[in-house]
Amino acid sequence: MADLLSSRNLRRALPWVVIVVVALVLPAVLPPFRLNLLGRFLSLGIVALGIDLIWGYTGMLSLGQGIFFALGAYALGMYLQLSSLEPGQLPEFFSLYGVKSLPAFWQPFTSPLFTGFAIWVIPALVAGVLGYLVFRNRIKGVYFSILTQAALLVFFNFFNGQQKLINGTNGLKTDTARLFGELVGSDAMQRHLFWLTVVFVIAAWFLCRWLTRGRFGDALVAIRDDEPRLRFTGYNPTAYKTVVFAVAGALAGISGALYTVQSGIVSPQYMAVPFSIEMVIWVAVGGRGTLIGAVLGAVVINYAKSLVSEQLPETWLFIQGGLFLLVVTALPDGLVGWWRQGGPGRLIAMVGWPPKAATYPSLDLDPEVQAEHSDFDTTPRGGAS
Amino acid sequence: MDLLYDTLFNGLAIGSVLVLAALGLAVVFGLMGVINMAHGELMMLGAYTTFVVQNIFKAVLPEALFPVYILVAIPLAFAVSGLVGLLLEKTVIRRLYGRPLETLLATWGVSLILQQFVRSVSSAFAIGLVLAVVSGLLVPRLTPKPWWQQRWTPLLGTGSWIVSGVIGIVVASLLGGQRVLDQPWFSARNIDVTAPVWLRGSIDVGAVNMPAARLFIIALTVVALVAVGWFLQKSVWGMRIRAVTQNRPMSDCLGIPTEKVDALTFLIGSGLAGVAGVAVTLLGSVGPNLGGNYIVDCFMVVVLGGVGKLAGTVLAALGIGVLSYIVGSGSLLLVWPAMPAGLNELITFFATTSMAKVLVFAVIVVFLQIRPAGLFPQKGRMVEA
Repeated sequence: MADLLSSRNLRRALPWVVIVVVALVLPAVLPPFRLNLLGRFLSLGIVALGIDLIWGYTGMLSLGQGIFFALGAYALGMYLQLSSLEPGQLPEFFSLYGVKSLPAFWQPFTSPLFTGFAIWVIPALVAGVLGYLVFRNRIKGVYFSILTQAALLVFFNFFNGQQKLINGTNGLKTDTARLFGELVGSDAMQRHLFWLTVVFVIAAWFLCRWLTRGRFGDALVAIRDDEPRLRFTGYNPTAYKTVVFAVAGALAGISGALYTVQSGIVSPQYMAVPFSIEMVIWVAVGGRGTLIGAVLGAVVINYAKSLVSEQLPETWLFIQGGLFLLVVTALPDGLVGWWRQGGPGRLIAMVGWPPKAATYPSLDLDPEVQAEHSDFDTTPRGGAS
Repeated sequence: MDLLYDTLFNGLAIGSVLVLAALGLAVVFGLMGVINMAHGELMMLGAYTTFVVQNIFKAVLPEALFPVYILVAIPLAFAVSGLVGLLLEKTVIRRLYGRPLETLLATWGVSLILQQFVRSVSSAFAIGLVLAVVSGLLVPRLTPKPWWQQRWTPLLGTGSWIVSGVIGIVVASLLGGQRVLDQPWFSARNIDVTAPVWLRGSIDVGAVNMPAARLFIIALTVVALVAVGWFLQKSVWGMRIRAVTQNRPMSDCLGIPTEKVDALTFLIGSGLAGVAGVAVTLLGSVGPNLGGNYIVDCFMVVVLGGVGKLAGTVLAALGIGVLSYIVGSGSLLLVWPAMPAGLNELITFFATTSMAKVLVFAVIVVFLQIRPAGLFPQKGRMVEA
C-alpha cells in the first residue's frame, strides 16, 4: 500500500485529480451559457482526437470528418425527434412536405438501444467502406484529402436537398425533445451533458493512447513516415489505415452526438466544407501527434472564436487565416509540440536569460551546433503522447 | 433534337468555365504537387477586377469605349490574380516545399483572409494595410547593425511585423471615424457586372439559341487553352516547366532554375484563375463566396484528369460540366419523354443542381476505383508502393 502513495504515483495522479475537481467545480462557477459552450467545445475535442489519430499519427489528412460527425449527430437527432412523440404521430416537419408515413430508415431510431449503437457504428461503417475503397487503390496524400472533401460535399448536398427525408436545410431541432423525462435544453440537463462529455473525452483519450502506444501505434507511425518500407516488410497498410479511419469515424460520430444535444440542433451545416477544415486546424494548432494537443486545440480555438466573434465579428476570419499560416509555417508541431521541444526556454533564452546548461554551455547554446545536432537526431517524431 | 443541342451547348458553356478555372490549378498541381485552396479566391479577385474596370469605364471614360471594357478586364484580371499568386508563392508556399498537406492548410488560411479582405476593405483599411506593409519592410532596414548579431535577432523580424501591424490597425481605426474613408468598397453583398451590348444578344443557329455571352466564354476558353498549350509546348520556359514536372531533381541538376520555374508557373496558374473570374461575371452576380462554389469541382477535375496532361484536364472539366448540367437541369426528361417509369423517377430525384453534384461525384469515385490515377496517368518508372 505504501508505494501507492509514492511521490511518482502522486505526481501521475495529480493531473487527473485536477481534471476531476475542475469538472465538478466548473458547473457551479460558470454561468449556464459559458458552461454549455465549454461542453460543446469539449465534445469537439473528441472529433479532434480522431483526426489526430489519422493525421498526426498515420499521416492521412482527411477533410471530410464532418460526414461522420454529422452522421452521429443525425442519428441522435432522429431518435430525439421520435422519442417525444405519441405512438402513430410523425415529427412535425413531415407534414410540411406532405409525407404521410415515417420513412423506413427512421423506424429503427425509435429504439434507444439501436440509437446508442448507431451513433458510432454507422459513422465507423461508412468510414470503413469509404476508407477501404480509397486505400485499396493506394490513393494517398493530397488525392486522399481531395476525395474526402468531395465525399463531404456529396453528403452535404444530399442532406441539404432531401426535405422529405430529413428536413433538408432546416435540420432537426433537439433542444425541445425530452431525454429521461427532462427537457434536453434545460440547464440541469445541460449540466449532466457537460459531465457526460468530460467522461467521454477522457475515455476517448484513453482509447487513443492505448491505440497509439502499442504495436498498432508503431505501425501507424510507420505508415506516416515510410509506407512503402512498411509494405515491403510484409505488413498490409490498407488494413491498418482502414481500421484507424473507422475508429476516427466512430469518434467523430460520438462527438457529433454530444455536440448536437448541447447546441440544440443538427443541420447539414455540420457537413459544410469549412467546418471540417477547421477541425483539422484545431489539431494543427494544438499539436498533431500529441493527443492532449488535439483536445486543447479544439477547446482553445473555439473559445477564442466565440469570444472574438462576440466582440469583433469581422476580424475572426483574419485571425483564423493568420493562425493557419502561422502554425503551418512557424509551429509545425503545434503549441504542445513547441512546448515539449523546449520552445518557451528558447524564447526566454533569446531575450537574455539563457537556461542553465549542463556541461558545455558554449556548445549547448550555440544555435549552429544545435541545428547540426538535430540533423543527426533520428528519433522518430510523435512517438510520445 | 434541337433541345438536345441546346442542352449540350449550355453544358459546354458551364464546362468551359470549369476548364478555365481548373486549368491553372492543374498546371500548378502537376508541377509542384501543391493544391492551392486559395485558387477560388483568386478567381474571385479576377471577378472583382472586372467589376472595378467596368466602373472606371462607366465613370471616367467616354461612353463609346464602354463595350471594350471586358477586353481590358481580361489582361488586368490576369495581372491582379497572377501578382497575388506570385506573392503567395514567394511568401508562403516556398517555405512549405515538399509538405503538400501543410500547403493545403496554409492556402486555405489565405483564402479566408482574401474573402474577409474583399468584404471589409475600405479606404481606411487599405491605407492602414499599406502603412503596415511599408513599415514592416522598412523597420528592419532602419535598425542598427549591431542588433543583427544578438541572441534575440530572430525575434526582430517577427517583432517588427507585429509593431507595423499594430501601427496599421491603429491608423486604420483612427481614419475609420471619417465617413468617406470608412465606407467599404465592395461590402459583403454580391456585385453585378453589366455585360456590354455586344455580349447581351444571342445568335441563332438553326433552332438553337446561343447567348453571345456564353459563346464568348467558350471562345475565351479556347484562346486560353491554345495560349497555354503553345506556351508549354513551344516556348523555352514552357519546356523548362515540363521538364521540372517530369523530374524535378534531374532538371535541377541540369541547370534549370527550378525556383524561377515554380514562381512563373504559379503566376500563370493564378492569372488563369483571374481570367476564369472574368468569365464567371458573365454568368451572373458574384460575391466574396464565389471561390467556394468552384473549388471542389476544380479539385475533382484535377483528380479525374490526371497530372501533367492538358487533354486530361479539358476532358475531365467538360465531362463534369456537361454531365452535371444535363442531369441537374432535368432536360433528359424533355429529350426523352417516353422513359420507363423507374428510370424517370430516378432522374427526377437527381434533377437539381446539388443532387446532380452528388451523382457526378459518386460516378467519379467509382471511376477512380478502376483508374486510380485518372484519365491520363503519367507514365513513369518510379515504384509507387
